[in-house]
Amino acid sequence: MKAVDQARNAQAFLEDEAHQQPFDTLIWGLRERRDAAAREVEEWEELRTLASQIKQHTLANLAHYLELFEARATANGATVHWARDAHEHNQIVLDILNSHGASRLVKSKSMLTEECELRPFLEQRGIQVTETDLGERIQQLDDQPPTHIVGPAFQKTPDDVAKLFHKVYGSDPSQADPVYLGRVMREHTRPLILQADAGMTGANFAVADTGAIVTVTNEGNADLSANVPKLRISSVGIEKIIPGTDELAVFIRLLTRSATGERITQYTSHFAKPRAGGEMHIVLVDNGRTARLSDERFWPSLKCIRCGACMNTCPVYRRSGGLSYGATYMGPIGMIMMPATDVGRYRELPFASTINGSCSNVCPVHINIHEQIYEWRSVMDDTGQFSATKKTAMKIAGKLLSHPTAYRAAAKGGAVALRLLPHFALYNRLNAWGRHRDLPQTPKETFHQWYTRTRGADQQKQTRP
Amino acid sequence: MTARDDILDAARGGAAAAVELPVVPDFCSAPADLVDLFIAALARLDGKAISQPPSGIPHWLSTVFPGTHRVYSAVSEVTGTVDGAEFDDWGAPADIDITVVRTPLGVAETGSILLTEKEIEVSTAAVLAEHLVVLLDPSDIVENLHRAYRNPAFQEASYAVLLSGPSGSADIGGVTIHPAQGVTTLTVVLSPRQSSDVAHQ
Repeated sequence: MKAVDQARNAQAFLEDEAHQQPFDTLIWGLRERRDAAAREVEEWEELRTLASQIKQHTLANLAHYLELFEARATANGATVHWARDAHEHNQIVLDILNSHGASRLVKSKSMLTEECELRPFLEQRGIQVTETDLGERIQQLDDQPPTHIVGPAFQKTPDDVAKLFHKVYGSDPSQADPVYLGRVMREHTRPLILQADAGMTGANFAVADTGAIVTVTNEGNADLSANVPKLRISSVGIEKIIPGTDELAVFIRLLTRSATGERITQYTSHFAKPRAGGEMHIVLVDNGRTARLSDERFWPSLKCIRCGACMNTCPVYRRSGGLSYGATYMGPIGMIMMPATDVGRYRELPFASTINGSCSNVCPVHINIHEQIYEWRSVMDDTGQFSATKKTAMKIAGKLLSHPTAYRAAAKGGAVALRLLPHFALYNRLNAWGRHRDLPQTPKETFHQWYTRTRGADQQKQTRP
Repeated sequence: MTARDDILDAARGGAAAAVELPVVPDFCSAPADLVDLFIAALARLDGKAISQPPSGIPHWLSTVFPGTHRVYSAVSEVTGTVDGAEFDDWGAPADIDITVVRTPLGVAETGSILLTEKEIEVSTAAVLAEHLVVLLDPSDIVENLHRAYRNPAFQEASYAVLLSGPSGSADIGGVTIHPAQGVTTLTVVLSPRQSSDVAHQ
């Protein structure tokens, strides 16, 4: 499959100012709200350290906790299934539905099911699938993947949603008030929930001690998807396991604050046993997770609790839009997860970064995201994923940056060029930076020139190690 | 080899260095008034808290929710107009106007209340109804989630939900709306348990 050209996709989004500006504002707003929420909690950094340690302990003992979870869930009356990959997962879900004669499925948001491409798999086999999360449903109706792991439709303006609902539901296209649009969705989706034969959820966490699946929603749609129909299926990535409820408290305190700046979501729900008169199935899914776990460099990515804080702070994500990554997971966490699934298709993703480290700074479970992005660049080089252009550019840059005299000449020349060249020569197709920014004002001399002039050549020699 | 065997075998070959499971403190600071903190936290997600109405809860319901006909009550303080036995399936509460239930636990940090199948057997009645009214004894409010998760409900219940506001969503342009798929309003009535009610520890 062709490599995703994230840079070109990003450029298209940047030129679409009507979408790019509100998106950047919305996403950065989430970062600011996360900061305010974190400042309120005196023990915030201690919670992050605890969360990271709990995750590492669990991942280092993953087989033990998976077996414990399975035993407890089974004792609770649930049926636990195991899936090595996306295809096995999808087949298990289909078999459960078929064996119960279920053809109408409602589901709450699950990035794992996106990863497995469950919906098209089921729809091609006669199952009607309705997403009940508002953002996911919007994207489903528009035949688009999610653009953000917490707000799947964040890239759409209210006007876009109004036009979409008009097309699908015949509602008023000029009425872009989110309250009105929410009502339209509720009126059309509620009947589907009430008529469903089966309901599906993902899992924010799976608690080994209690065998419970935990979901975190603002809408209550996971509660309805799981409890209205008699048949309940929950898809769980194996890295979602945590030991017990003492540990769960740490993650619940960190998750929503990191994601949206609220202390908690409206519905924090714990499903331990089937509902009265019902059946519960849990599908534990690997799909590349144990492979990542065995990699010394990349196993910390499995600590992720899907808060989205990394993408909210990432300057590249905010200007590129989530769809530019062409991947289930986007932004910084996507850059370190997706290449493991297809190194060729996602070979450009690790370069969609300035390695500023802000993602690692906000990650509630201390994943060293920016360091892993850098590691992936080495992997791309080692596995021959660099394009010819990138190889040449890297060679030239390498030569320039390793010869101080040549570097200083180029820096001086560049500064002079910035001052003297006419506007059209600076801001043109070849200047990627200048396409959406003003170039910086240049000082009269470089730092090196200033230092040599003011501190003298002799002093300069002395400062060298 | 089954999928289970393959996955467990692979999981045993992980690269994460073994570390002890840390002991999680309860981070309690024993603030002066848990009730005030609870009320403020609940308001953040547009829930409302009121004191016990002097005229009684049934009268209060009729003034705040005039014209509502289908009331499902899981508490002795209010006589409902709908019998839970009518719920032949768990989608049936979709036409309920108001569900009234008592919670055994409030959380000051987050403005949350706990519901399980002990409080409301057909739990969808607390999500599908238009309005949810929850009675909470102020002495049942704990400081934070660390304390809350020590409640035995999280070890014993089939389904336990911490509710912290009416159903909402900010998926359209980041603007918060109510409701999404759940209740339109959530009101917590700070109402001491009647002596005949069993206290949940």
